[in-house]
Amino acid sequence: MLNNLLSLVIWVPILAGVIVLATGSDRNAALARWLALAGALLGLIVAIPLATGFDTATSAMQFVEKAAWIPAFNVHYHLGVDGISMPLILLNSFITVLVVIAGWQVIQDKVAQYMAAFLIMSGLINGVFAALDGILFYVFFEGMLIPLYLIVGVWGGPNRVYAAFKFFLYTLLGSLLMLVSMIYLYFQSGGSFDIQTWHTTALGMTAQTLMFFAFLLAFGVKVPMWPVHTWLPDAHVEAPTGGSVVLAAITLKVGAYGFLRFILPIVPDASHELAWFVILLSLTAVAYIGLVALVQADMKKLIAYSSIAHMGFVTLGFFLFNPLGAEGGLVQMISHGFVSAALFLCIGVMYDRLHSRQIKDYGGLVNKMPVFAAFFMLFAMANAGLPATSGFVGEFMVIMAATQVNFWFAFVAATTLILGAAYTLWMYKRVVFGAVSNPHVEEMRDISLREILLLGVLAVCVLVMGLYPKPFTDVMHASMVDLLAHVAQSKLP
Amino acid sequence: MQFAPVFPEMFVLAMVSLILVIDAAVDDGKRYLAYALSFVTLAGAAFLTLHDFSTLPVLALGGLFIGDPLSDVLKLFLYLTVAVVLVYSRDYLRVRGLYKGEFFVLALFALLGMMVMVSASHFLTLYLGLELLSLSLYAMVALQRDSSVATEAAMKYFVLGALASGMLLYGMSMVYGVTGSLSLGDMAIALQDGTDLRIPLVFGIVFIVAGLAFKLGAVPFHMWVPDVYHGAPTAMTLFIGSAPKIAAFAFVIRILGQGLESQVGDWREMLVILAVLSMALGNVAAIAQTNLKRMFAYSTISHMGFMLLGILAGSQNGYGSAMFYVLVYALMSLGGFGMILLLSRAGFEADQLDDFKGLNRRSPWLAFLMLLLMFSMAGVPPTVGFYAKLSVLQAVVEIGYVWLAVAAVLFSLIGAFYYLRIVKLMYFDAPVDTAPITASPDARVVMSVNGLAILALGIVPQPLMAVCIHAIHASF
Repeated sequence: MLNNLLSLVIWVPILAGVIVLATGSDRNAALARWLALAGALLGLIVAIPLATGFDTATSAMQFVEKAAWIPAFNVHYHLGVDGISMPLILLNSFITVLVVIAGWQVIQDKVAQYMAAFLIMSGLINGVFAALDGILFYVFFEGMLIPLYLIVGVWGGPNRVYAAFKFFLYTLLGSLLMLVSMIYLYFQSGGSFDIQTWHTTALGMTAQTLMFFAFLLAFGVKVPMWPVHTWLPDAHVEAPTGGSVVLAAITLKVGAYGFLRFILPIVPDASHELAWFVILLSLTAVAYIGLVALVQADMKKLIAYSSIAHMGFVTLGFFLFNPLGAEGGLVQMISHGFVSAALFLCIGVMYDRLHSRQIKDYGGLVNKMPVFAAFFMLFAMANAGLPATSGFVGEFMVIMAATQVNFWFAFVAATTLILGAAYTLWMYKRVVFGAVSNPHVEEMRDISLREILLLGVLAVCVLVMGLYPKPFTDVMHASMVDLLAHVAQSKLP
Repeated sequence: MQFAPVFPEMFVLAMVSLILVIDAAVDDGKRYLAYALSFVTLAGAAFLTLHDFSTLPVLALGGLFIGDPLSDVLKLFLYLTVAVVLVYSRDYLRVRGLYKGEFFVLALFALLGMMVMVSASHFLTLYLGLELLSLSLYAMVALQRDSSVATEAAMKYFVLGALASGMLLYGMSMVYGVTGSLSLGDMAIALQDGTDLRIPLVFGIVFIVAGLAFKLGAVPFHMWVPDVYHGAPTAMTLFIGSAPKIAAFAFVIRILGQGLESQVGDWREMLVILAVLSMALGNVAAIAQTNLKRMFAYSTISHMGFMLLGILAGSQNGYGSAMFYVLVYALMSLGGFGMILLLSRAGFEADQLDDFKGLNRRSPWLAFLMLLLMFSMAGVPPTVGFYAKLSVLQAVVEIGYVWLAVAAVLFSLIGAFYYLRIVKLMYFDAPVDTAPITASPDARVVMSVNGLAILALGIVPQPLMAVCIHAIHASF
């Protein structure tokens, strides 16, 4: 049982998705919902032993499974997690449960297909984080696009077709170039698709630089980094609430994860050489996209831009090449998973009642929805990086690390503390405070028990991580230190 | 004299003659006889092929004919493909009054031609098989006599096909002049240590490659493909778009890979040009199509470009990957055209893109199968189309043509757009056509197997890949 834990984490949600799909038409919608919830919970339960049985002292891969898969290409079904990927798997399994609950009432059309798409995607994303074989990784990495494409396109907003195409083609462009790099690595490493073997494969500077850009495009689009971020606001705005939650909380992390698993260890010399480039893009994201977020009239778009700005911190942290920055980036990833999920759920709550995401359609919500306003407040503060929330920890660590490297990096990065507070709290003020602005708001009811449960769980996560982040950093510490030690060594032949 | 490798061909020939006679004697109500006998033919041929399966290359008929693992594996896939074609086309042909003995006879003659092509080891037999195939196909396209579009398509096909055959023959005669032999084996030996007559040889190779490109439908020799695919009745398009590609692959491999193996440096550069142009034009032009058959025609052109990537690698790995690609392509092509046939009914062709709108509401299962087919054609995992692309890309990178791999993936990105558009029509849009789908149960079952095979082979690609690699290794 314990030997196949990672397989379970991947295949339980996928199988559950297939079973849900088999319930067929909307006549069995209730059954589909309960089955989906059971599947998501089961997926979370099988993921928990990963955390309890995790050895924080080592940076080696744990829970390893390896079997021949395509001997013709020397491709293996090779799974394993370290301190970087394990928290992300847990985060994903956890968010999946929330997404299923969030779609409980809102989705009335093709319920089984909706739930199945999320479950299957959840399994595939777990596979992305657990795969230690390049082709296996690629299969999961690409495979997750299919359910996401359908989620955005079938259940999305008015402009969903454009958003779905843009999202799919953008991400495909990056990953196809990555595929060529992988094939090249296969021959350079003497015929292996094993990611850990690639970590030790010697590569010349030209090859490293070219591969750096191929991987940067693949993962930079996913993160997304400025200037290849433009698909994200479209996809977010058009996606249903659950789709936005998964996009922000999980799929963006896939991109950032790729930096740690591929770019830094496989092309370390190019990474050092071109770190200025990534840092420049990251700081642009932080400062410029922060300003863009400020002027948004659509709440989802605002949070989408804020996601880009926050992910800028993650990539910035990774390319400072010190443990504080890298761990800060990873903490920021997890924290952003919670906070962005919560914010999109909050917007979903409002949208379900008023069917608008425009800030101007709201006002004075606190009079009608006091409980909701309290939750929303907490998450808005976390997004702004208030101390004692999880949003503070990662940003603080990255800014500290940036100060050690270059004062001006830290200076620009720190603008987020002002900009983040400005765009989030200004939106919060316009939506929640003041007098009730129009009759529609007058009719809004406060959140139901189901919604309290959803937001409550996330609130606990945000606070716990903000007050006592040590368990999170402990898990990743050994792997991060090892990774940075590895990156410090040149791979030039 | 060795005869065993030729038994399947003899059997098919005998059975076609039998069907021809029987069908002439029965009336319209008993057409199922020809249908059933066709399956008996395929099953019998499959049995004979399996029974005398060649584990090593065996020459027969005085060196005209060869039985090797490559030919036997490809023949088995040819039988399978033709059988699936017959199942998919039956209802379509019946409601259009084409359900006649001629169709079965022509299909089986075409099969015989393909079998000869994959087993030929001599320019004469190669050409014989090719012409038997081509003539049958010309007639099949023209079978719907009252359709002016089909007749026009047949005419184009015939004229351009004849031109291509002429080029091929001319090229063959040049090569014969240089090597003094029509047998592929002797030719390879004669060219092993180089030749003084390099210019006539390269001249001949140019014509041979042009002829082959015509038959494959590679740019710039692709002009017939969209018109024929579009104009022919869909059942015939299904036939043309599936099995003959497998035979054409064998044809190319036999001539270039075996006969002209030592000249790889000469023909590789030609194939590079053909491949790049095919992938570029096929993928870009497909975007502009509103007719699904035409779109698939351009998609075929681009797929043939991809397959050429494997061949131009000029290594056993490359041939194996091209073989894998072409078998996967045949499977996807069967599914794609098969789906058009399943959705068509009397007076309705279902070949416009808009006819697929809202398919998910009308039949979630068929929509799902089509989704698998489309993502497979686009090369998105976990479908088998991804491994097909992966294997040819790998072959190309292996010989150091990284730029070609980059170009190929960029063109496949363009291609992804129009495959995604089909998925969009099926899943995101509301149906325009709300008539019930009248496909017969057996066609639905075969379609389900066809679609699920795309997924199953995507999850476990090793067996098919191993078959291809083994067949190539044991035959070279």
